[in-house]
Amino acid sequence: MSDHELDEGKRRFLLTATIVASGVAAATAAVPFVASMLPSERAKAAGAPVEADISQLAPGQKMTVEWRGKPVWIVRRTPEMLNAVKEDDPRVADPESKRSQQPDYAKNEFRSLKPEYLVVVGICTHLGCSPVDRFAAQPEAFEADWRGGFYCPCHGSLFDLAGRVYRNKPAPDNLTVPPYKFLADTKLVIGEDSKGA
Amino acid sequence: MDVTHTKPPISHKNKPPVTGAGPLNELLTWVDQRFPLLTLWREHASEYYAPKNFNFWYYFGSLAILVLVIQIATGIFLVMHYKPDAGQAFASVEYIMRDVPGGWIIRYMHSTGASAFFIVIYLHMFRGLLYGSYRSPRELLWIVGMLIYLMLMAEAFFGYLLPWGQMSYWGAQVIVNLFDALPLIGPELALWIRGDYVVSDATLNRFFSFHVIAIPLVLLGLVAAHIMALHEVGSNNPDGIEIKANLGPDGHPVDGIPFHPYYSVKDTLGVMVFLAIFAIIMFFMPEFGGYFLEYNNFIPADPLKTPSHIAPVWYFTPYYSILRATTSQFTYVLAAAVVAYTILIWRSAASARAKMVTPVVAVILLAGLFAIDAKVWGVALMGLAVLIFFLLPWLDVSPVKSIRYRGGLYKSALALFVIVFVVLGYFGTQPVTDLGTRLSQLCTLLYFAFFLLMPWYTRMDRTRPTPTRLTH
Amino acid sequence: MKTLRALVAAIALIPLLAFASEAGLKLDRAPIDEHDMASLQRGAHTFVNYCLNCHSAGYMRYNRLRDLGLSEQQIRDNLVFTGVKVGDLMKTAVAPLEAKEWFGTAPPDLTVVARSRSSEAGSGTDWLYTYLRSFYRDPKRPTGWNNTVYVNVAMPHALWQLQGEQVVKEVEEQGPGYMRMVQRLVLDKPGLLKPAEYDQVVADLVNYMTYMSEPARHERVTIGLGAMIVIFILIALSYALKKEYWKDVH
Repeated sequence: MSDHELDEGKRRFLLTATIVASGVAAATAAVPFVASMLPSERAKAAGAPVEADISQLAPGQKMTVEWRGKPVWIVRRTPEMLNAVKEDDPRVADPESKRSQQPDYAKNEFRSLKPEYLVVVGICTHLGCSPVDRFAAQPEAFEADWRGGFYCPCHGSLFDLAGRVYRNKPAPDNLTVPPYKFLADTKLVIGEDSKGA
Repeated sequence: MDVTHTKPPISHKNKPPVTGAGPLNELLTWVDQRFPLLTLWREHASEYYAPKNFNFWYYFGSLAILVLVIQIATGIFLVMHYKPDAGQAFASVEYIMRDVPGGWIIRYMHSTGASAFFIVIYLHMFRGLLYGSYRSPRELLWIVGMLIYLMLMAEAFFGYLLPWGQMSYWGAQVIVNLFDALPLIGPELALWIRGDYVVSDATLNRFFSFHVIAIPLVLLGLVAAHIMALHEVGSNNPDGIEIKANLGPDGHPVDGIPFHPYYSVKDTLGVMVFLAIFAIIMFFMPEFGGYFLEYNNFIPADPLKTPSHIAPVWYFTPYYSILRATTSQFTYVLAAAVVAYTILIWRSAASARAKMVTPVVAVILLAGLFAIDAKVWGVALMGLAVLIFFLLPWLDVSPVKSIRYRGGLYKSALALFVIVFVVLGYFGTQPVTDLGTRLSQLCTLLYFAFFLLMPWYTRMDRTRPTPTRLTH
Repeated sequence: MKTLRALVAAIALIPLLAFASEAGLKLDRAPIDEHDMASLQRGAHTFVNYCLNCHSAGYMRYNRLRDLGLSEQQIRDNLVFTGVKVGDLMKTAVAPLEAKEWFGTAPPDLTVVARSRSSEAGSGTDWLYTYLRSFYRDPKRPTGWNNTVYVNVAMPHALWQLQGEQVVKEVEEQGPGYMRMVQRLVLDKPGLLKPAEYDQVVADLVNYMTYMSEPARHERVTIGLGAMIVIFILIALSYALKKEYWKDVH
């Protein structure tokens, strides 16, 4: 009977419509649950930009500042250290910083806004240990012709005084340069740059 | 994977392949040969025959499952941010309300869900009282249900400490001190429950464990057992007659319809209407006049400062009333009631053994009433008020199950019981007054009378003959 | 049967007895508009300048005040004091132990006070509005102040310069059919603001405190309306679906 056929069609339509509407409603209801796992205001506040006062930082010295739970190193490089960076070009894996481990303003010879100050995240790009300073240009057990930089004790990765990783070492990338900017000559803020990162 | 050409597993009971699922047929056949998928589907959904006359009162079982799912889902996400530490708990709840994206929705869903659970369960239990759903052969179904109710009360009690507000703290303190009141073992027991000399961080941590994992696991098991027990005997119905007594030529009850699709579709409608009411409360009045989210609980717990007015959450207040009503004066009334009840049993009892045992029990009770503090009897009566529900299948001796065929005695008794329950609940929210105490005492007597006199008035009641086929 | 029904009906009336008169707190209605951003901003300003000296609002972040139509820079310039970041929680400068020594009890955190002070007498907002306008001079109290809403409160009248000083006076008033002596608050020494202006300052402050006790309120109501629309559509569809399938059942 045509009545019965109409019923089947109506039934299928209503069933589909209800299932689709319920699916949409369920997906909407899922949004706050999924969103609740995003960083909370507390996490965002804790991850807020950090100011660093570099007025007391002497040439050749490094200071450490915590940002988003990670150590950020600020090294005041001497002219000798800057020369060492230039000479290290052939020994590093990515001398021109082609891989994106830094903002555009750090994609230069010295990987920094001002050559005098290196700002990098002090975490080895291999498996996350924190490398130790070896700024003195002298022969070392891990490298006879050492011109200064960082040595990671966990698996032997080496980084130069611009944070660039040496060739043939376990770490794949240069040390990350975080967003940063100068508020004044003696004050940096890490975690924020002029482009409003 | 081509199922039709491979040899099926040896012990698959020669099951026919799955049809009617379109492109999923092969996959489902593969599964069905290794897991009783189709059997379960047929037994519990597409060929589970339920009475065709389920009315409004029959929505609340599926709604209870819905609320359980809501509480578990919201609970999982709350635990991601909540801190079960006395120094951080209160702050972590406000953290959820403000700093966690969407946190306030999840919190309000959980608080509204807690009260909704009890509304649904009380209506579900009331259906049982209306239609005699606890009568044979459904006694065990009723007992499992009562165990679920007990577990739910424990779950709510433990959960309420977690926000660590003034009401949370002092409510827990008062209730644990009830255990302290028990003779001989009381103080040691209370110390063991608390893990400390007062409710403290130690108590909070263990209540967290009970609330988040221990009791939910037990609840899930009991709910599964509840449904299995129901499906074993089949559902009751508003006429209180057994539809399985009338089978058609196909072997199915003539007054039955398969649960799927008829009740899956109807329960879906029930779910949507419930969600509308739930959403109205959750989004527009989550505090619900201070009943669903108590005002005092927005003050962090202070062990040195008792609020002027401690009351349990609304769903416990009837029992709280009974506890408070049991004053030392009231024990005299109870003694009189024990004597009267003993005489009643003695006159109606058939067996000689009953005639001997009853006075002995009465004397022991009377001695206890005068020897033991009224406070202890308050706790005992409060507990008995809940436990007496377990006895319903054996207290109700009416020849009919459903209120539709009962007489005025039972109808009045049930109406009175509902009023008494609500009145007790109301007074439980209020501070103690003379009038309140007197009325609560009267209502306590009427409450117990509903159960304890049931063997007499259900026998005396004038019932009507039940039909052979379902009516409406 | 009739007597039984009568008895049941009588018992049903018991709850009405509960409404026998209760002597309770009389609270004034706070004349606030939760959507008035200007009022909320003024209230925030008053709160930060007068209340945070002793009380904390330790669950509220400064940068949440963007809800009131302020930019982070505006918040930093007007509402945050030195040493604190805009993402920080509103904590008071005073140490809780010191405050307890000075006042006898630690000033409570105010973040959710507009919720905790609700009662049968009125909302927490109404309580705060009445409370902040009910201080009066009382030489018997350690601070020299008392309050008709919160008797023997340890808090001094933080806004006294704005309101001036009230005292409690016995005043003769018209009672039910006779004259009677009633205790009333009377402005003894005027403050910097006229009474109506002071009431407005308190209304703004209390408006802000209500917002602060539940910043998500506005969002809650908005999303709620959307949810209702969705649910009603679902009810309509599932009702039609149920009716359609149940045509089979007789």
